[in-house]
Amino acid sequence: MDLENQNRVKDLAEKHGAENVVVVFGAAEAESAGLSAETVTNGDPTFAGPLAGVQLGLAVYHAVEPEFKEAVDSDVYEEQVSMMEMVLDVDEIIEEMTSIRNDFSKY
Amino acid sequence: MKFPIVKGAGYVLVNTPDMLVHNGSTQTTEKLTNPDSEYLKGLAEHIRTFDDVVAYLPNQVYIGNLHPEKLKEYDMPWFDKESPIKERFGKYGEIMPQDEFIGLMKMADAFDLVKLEKKFAAEVKQKLQRHPLFDETDIEKIKEGLGIEEITKQIDEHHAEGIYMDGKVVGCVKRAHDIDINLNAHTMFENIVVKASGALALRNLIAKNGLDPASIEYVIECSEEACGDINQRGGGNFAKAIAEMAGAVNATGSDTRGFCAAPTHALINASALVQAGVYENVVIVAGGATAKLGMNGKDHVKKGYPVLEDVLGGFAIMISQNDGTSPVIRTDLVGRHTVGTGSSPQAVITSLITAPLDKGNLKITDIDKYSVEMQNPDITKPAGAGDVPTSNYKMIGALGVKRKEIDRKDLMSFVEEHGLPGWAPTQGHIPSGVPYVGFAIDDMADGKIDKAMIVGKGSLFLGRMTNLFDGVSVIMEKNTGMEEKESVSKEEIKKLIAEAMRGFAETLTDE
Repeated sequence: MDLENQNRVKDLAEKHGAENVVVVFGAAEAESAGLSAETVTNGDPTFAGPLAGVQLGLAVYHAVEPEFKEAVDSDVYEEQVSMMEMVLDVDEIIEEMTSIRNDFSKY
Repeated sequence: MKFPIVKGAGYVLVNTPDMLVHNGSTQTTEKLTNPDSEYLKGLAEHIRTFDDVVAYLPNQVYIGNLHPEKLKEYDMPWFDKESPIKERFGKYGEIMPQDEFIGLMKMADAFDLVKLEKKFAAEVKQKLQRHPLFDETDIEKIKEGLGIEEITKQIDEHHAEGIYMDGKVVGCVKRAHDIDINLNAHTMFENIVVKASGALALRNLIAKNGLDPASIEYVIECSEEACGDINQRGGGNFAKAIAEMAGAVNATGSDTRGFCAAPTHALINASALVQAGVYENVVIVAGGATAKLGMNGKDHVKKGYPVLEDVLGGFAIMISQNDGTSPVIRTDLVGRHTVGTGSSPQAVITSLITAPLDKGNLKITDIDKYSVEMQNPDITKPAGAGDVPTSNYKMIGALGVKRKEIDRKDLMSFVEEHGLPGWAPTQGHIPSGVPYVGFAIDDMADGKIDKAMIVGKGSLFLGRMTNLFDGVSVIMEKNTGMEEKESVSKEEIKKLIAEAMRGFAETLTDE
């Protein structure tokens, strides 16, 4: 996750309280989605950015996960995301995101 | 409508192992932030030789010696396989070694900023004398050179950027101004590389297609660097500098920018200029990006791969007035990502792929080959970025399923039939849409395909001016012959011959 985005997430969590922030990812690969999710929960694994050693424990979901799908307008989902559901390895993404949530999310 | 045509294409790679170490942004950042890192210590062991670079399957595809379909016959990874053809020169261009390219940088140096060490300069001059595309006038531009002490003094005391060969200093690029950051040694190095590699691509385009450089009237340069000074950072322009270096004496030009989408923007712009009759022949050209060398090096090293981003890329394509045979650019079937399109992949693919198809009443399956971001997956997969062309083809296919033009179960066979494996180096603009143009000319001539779509996409948000993404697309199609050609019937020919014979007979009787 680039340093500027780490900063933005950190600032938002400080401003609104970590319990009020949900981070939604759209990465195409489970591995890269997982790395970004890890960064905003357990801290930057590369120890390069402002979230190095910062355990925000935010709630994290991917845009193709059922939790997100159920939470948004189905017409908008159909128009914006349904095509990618066919393209991405959804099961792998769910597995990766679930494990990050179980291990590191506090909210 | 008389559409413009694609007259020819040229593609070049430059193997730059030392520039990877000294100028690639991943490596220079690491040197600043973590100078004693394991990555930097072990990097040398992961650098390929020139012979390995030439024998690398995707590189032989890039210069036209192997068709991209051939890559499907090899399991990945490709770096440990050897290409059946291992030629430095190819159908569309060449793979140049670093020492010759350093000589070419000196030839490109209009302000005496490139300084080469004496012995190295003499050696490289000799090597370039054997190169088919350079003559004495070119080679004379490489002067006698300096002693190594003078060069190291420039680097140590005057902020010059070192030029390395096999780990040793063989020259430097001096700064062009003492305080102007747009003319500092780092920027001048990158810009001279763009000019030199762009000129190499243009010279190959001219040579491989038997073109007359004097016939080029306009050049659009579409790489990702900017040249200018303290008062105009991107003043320009690479286009004219490259045209000058390739003997295009009748050309002027300008630079078009759009991150990775720029080559396709340039292709459409060039086509429009030709179709409108403003110019007869327009060339689009781009040189390579030093900063992107070894960009994913850390992942490659971690996974035991060689650092595969060890080449600069360049290409040049000529767009001309319709000759009745070369493939046409369907300027009526253009797709564009607009400000209002939105950024979801679905919205992007709709604007770039199906919008132009709808204008021509075409289905997704009517396009024989899609040329998208043709990044080599051997480079991107170990870096966690997946197989970029395949993901693009899946998205196009999925949109076809949503439009009910493809059955859900045929999604992967669509990818197989209408897609291609990626082969281009991850140099940003270089893999974007244009790498297939050369093959498309041949595939259309051979009757293998009728239509190809060239798609360019660009990450504008990286420039921090907008959160928007960008892209444009255009359809390239087999030429059906001159539509407005005046045809003469058999009867008319007979009549003409008869008249001529009568006239001839009359002259005989008169005598």
